[in-house]
Amino acid sequence: MKFRIPKSNRPVPRLEPRIVALTVLMFAIFALFSVRLYYLQVLHHQENVELADRNRIRLQRMPAPRGLVFDRNHRPLVDTRPSFDAQLVPEDSDNLSLTIERLERYTGGDHIADKISDADEEGRPPYEPVTVAERLGWQQVVALETHQLELPGVSLQITPARHYPYGELAAHLLGYVGEVTKNDLIEKTDYHMGDEIGKFGLERVWEGFLRGEAGGQEIEVDAVGRRLRVLKEIADTPGQSIVMTLDLNLQQAAEQAMAGKNGAFVALDPRNGDVLAMVSHPAFDPDIFGGGVKASAWRELTTDPNHPLENRVIQGIYPPGSTFKIVDSIAGLEEGTLNPATAYNCPGGLWYGGREYHCWRKQGHGTIELHDAIVRSCDVYFYNVGEKLGIDRLAKWANQLGLGAKTGIDLDHENPGTIPSSAWKQKRFHERWYPAETLSVAIGQGYVATTPLQMAQVAAEVANGGIRYRPQFVKYVEGLDGNIAKSYPPVIENRIKIDPDALEVIKDAMADVVNGAGGTAHKAHLDDVIVCGKTGTAQVVGSNAPVGESEEEDKTPDQFKDHAWFIAFAPKDHPTIAAACIIEHGGHGGSASAPVIHDVFQRYFQLNPPPPKPEIARVLEDSPPSQ
Amino acid sequence: MAGGARRLILHFDWTLFILVLALAGIGLVSVISASYAGAHQVLDPLVIRQLIWIAAGVAAMLIAVLVDYRVLEAYAYPFYVAVIGLLIAVMISGHATGGSRRWINLGVFHLEPSELAKLAVVLVMVRYLREEPPRDGWGLRHMIIPFILLGIPAALVLKQPDLGTGLILVLITITLVFVSGLNLRTMLVLAMAATLAAPLSWHYLKPYQRQRLVSFINPQADPLGSGYHIIQSEIAIGAGGPFGKGFLKGTQARLNFLPEQSTDFIFAVFAEEFGLAGALLLLTLYASVIARGAWIARHARDRFGALLAVGLTAIVFWQVAVNVGMATGMLPVVGITLPLVSYGGSSLIAMMAAMGILISINTRRYLF
Repeated sequence: MKFRIPKSNRPVPRLEPRIVALTVLMFAIFALFSVRLYYLQVLHHQENVELADRNRIRLQRMPAPRGLVFDRNHRPLVDTRPSFDAQLVPEDSDNLSLTIERLERYTGGDHIADKISDADEEGRPPYEPVTVAERLGWQQVVALETHQLELPGVSLQITPARHYPYGELAAHLLGYVGEVTKNDLIEKTDYHMGDEIGKFGLERVWEGFLRGEAGGQEIEVDAVGRRLRVLKEIADTPGQSIVMTLDLNLQQAAEQAMAGKNGAFVALDPRNGDVLAMVSHPAFDPDIFGGGVKASAWRELTTDPNHPLENRVIQGIYPPGSTFKIVDSIAGLEEGTLNPATAYNCPGGLWYGGREYHCWRKQGHGTIELHDAIVRSCDVYFYNVGEKLGIDRLAKWANQLGLGAKTGIDLDHENPGTIPSSAWKQKRFHERWYPAETLSVAIGQGYVATTPLQMAQVAAEVANGGIRYRPQFVKYVEGLDGNIAKSYPPVIENRIKIDPDALEVIKDAMADVVNGAGGTAHKAHLDDVIVCGKTGTAQVVGSNAPVGESEEEDKTPDQFKDHAWFIAFAPKDHPTIAAACIIEHGGHGGSASAPVIHDVFQRYFQLNPPPPKPEIARVLEDSPPSQ
Repeated sequence: MAGGARRLILHFDWTLFILVLALAGIGLVSVISASYAGAHQVLDPLVIRQLIWIAAGVAAMLIAVLVDYRVLEAYAYPFYVAVIGLLIAVMISGHATGGSRRWINLGVFHLEPSELAKLAVVLVMVRYLREEPPRDGWGLRHMIIPFILLGIPAALVLKQPDLGTGLILVLITITLVFVSGLNLRTMLVLAMAATLAAPLSWHYLKPYQRQRLVSFINPQADPLGSGYHIIQSEIAIGAGGPFGKGFLKGTQARLNFLPEQSTDFIFAVFAEEFGLAGALLLLTLYASVIARGAWIARHARDRFGALLAVGLTAIVFWQVAVNVGMATGMLPVVGITLPLVSYGGSSLIAMMAAMGILISINTRRYLF
């Protein structure tokens, strides 16, 4: 049955050429498609795979919990706690302005609409939540939970937040954290918008250890941005912990002793430079910086005339006043221009270069030797000591003791202070040094300026016989396994040989300042430990009152009162603590600063009872963990 | 007609039949991919419906095989008029989605008359052009009737608006006029006229249609706006690579980055999951259908059958060309289905019926 029509006999021969032409055209177009497909699927395959993945995969960083900070006895000073943040997905709210209005009512927050528009401006993809309120209190969390149905698109997010359980305690030392700024991001490429970063104090300097490594999630989203599932999760590595040299109990005692006063206190271990306590008042609450500091709070802190953000221990520079007489004594004894038996007569003043330099005691001290001159803080005696030394030798020893230079403590913005010399004056004022100026320097006035930390070091150097340790406040970094990841052994910055006999004279005198007849700091006396100290009064510019050194209360108005210094160490033999305290406008060192040191030392010896025998004391010392 | 039925089975065009089923199978697979929303729901209602459409389409195809195609000559104009009526009905009371009125709600079924319009235009053109042209071919004056026959449904379809179907109507008319013997000189004149008219047509485009043209010329001009469709489709196809991501593993479709993924952009869905290999297989199947259609046209027993075969094949070809051209970023975005593959009852049934007619033409060249 089957038969073929011969080609020539096809019924529609006239159509044939054009059908063939058409078929050729169609095949040519298909060939073109094949080329195009090859181009897209083979030549540009990888590129398109990346584009497809970028479409659907969103990276979500999960910051690691920050390391903790402990005191020397491993009590937490800074920790990380869960904090409740409110998030809003604007796309999920059908009446956004109403939702925002309610949200502001329940959280007490404001500018929520601005936060959303800011996020949108920064390129927030749809369905990406915006954090609209951070660190919500319990009341606010409850309010949001109970009104959940009125708040479409709002959810609570738990994030780790820095917490300072003791508030203002050691705020300047611990520092604070805050959101990374746009400037930070330029140099720190491993940080991302919204990350937390240490801004000040220990939080800033030990940022590298505390931060840890952020984890992350790859989240698959659909075309409108709804999150569908987690594709990949990279676990975070929590930050390492810091164990400080600080003693929480001692710090608390110091904070309490300084309560209501402006000034600074610092206590060091003269055996290794450990910072045992450090207070700068007024302070601030580091918690207010977490979760975006409120503009009003920030303005209040930065415009406060008392500069609460300044760490007075290292940034505050004050004339050392009579505490500088310890420096004079060491310089004189070392240079041989002074010996314990050197005697000068104090008639109440000294005529020099055509003008009279007063002693604080108008009636004078009579003829006295070094011991009494320190105990009674005779100005005339030390005018003579200074005059004998000359400014440059005095400056040399002051520098040897660490004054006029940064101590090297691991904190930012340390002020080196000023120790004048003839070269310094030439350079600074293009003027020669007048010998009369040495007299002012000798009693810690004039151009001399020191920080409380430097003066605490002077006390520590007298205590340990001339070794200058770099002040350190971190004992070690604790790794995640609980072992020591990095330790900070004592660093000796300088060692001066003070003749033991001469040193003993200074120590005896300093003991009598606190304990002896005619001493200026009886308020620092402790019953079972011999405290050694030296008072000082730093003249406030504009004050006309004479520089006094008595224990009597100063009656001048506060803003004209002088700054009160006291430096001390204890026990007299084998000292374990040295400290400096300055109370701004406190009046006399003996009446204002000595009680602070008294309270702190008393607490210290409660916590660390003085050993009955000095030999045992060495064994009982808590040595740095690296040793 | 026992002998006729026997011969019908004997000469049944299994090649074309299997090609059509293979394409419908690829279509089903692609609809499953396009509607896949995760392991919890493999069979979307869309897939079930597509299965029903395929079954109905196969039935329509077999019925078309049984009918002697010469009967269609008589029904060409009535069918044409009926379709025009439906298009007018759509305009008056059509079911609207996405800004255009294209469907008539028949309760269980949303009829899309523009799918029938393609068949109607082919039939009516072939009915008119089956006459032998003069020795030097069709002249300009012979083109008046085809112009009117094209113009009425095209205008109605464009009004919906359905630019894609309008374009296909024009392309199949041009194809038929060319094959049936248009004078080459007339062809040149018409081409020049069309070129001159093209800029004027800009004014008749809707803003979104103009936007699509701009986006086609430079997709990156507005990557999240109308250029989005082209870019996402190219990404999907390219990400498929030589061998594809695998069945149900295409992310562009599953996460809805592709627009109209079960209809207009189904090629991208398929190409993402089955790669260049799958895409070339699909194009080969279409090329086979076209080759078969051309063969049937050349071997048809009469001029009507030959031109009808050309017209039906042209529908397939132009829809594939416009659809794939669009999905691969070679043509601007024009909503058109991929024949036999895209989801949609009207499209599938009409296309399968068309293939049935093609088989009928082939089968009946032996029956005198």
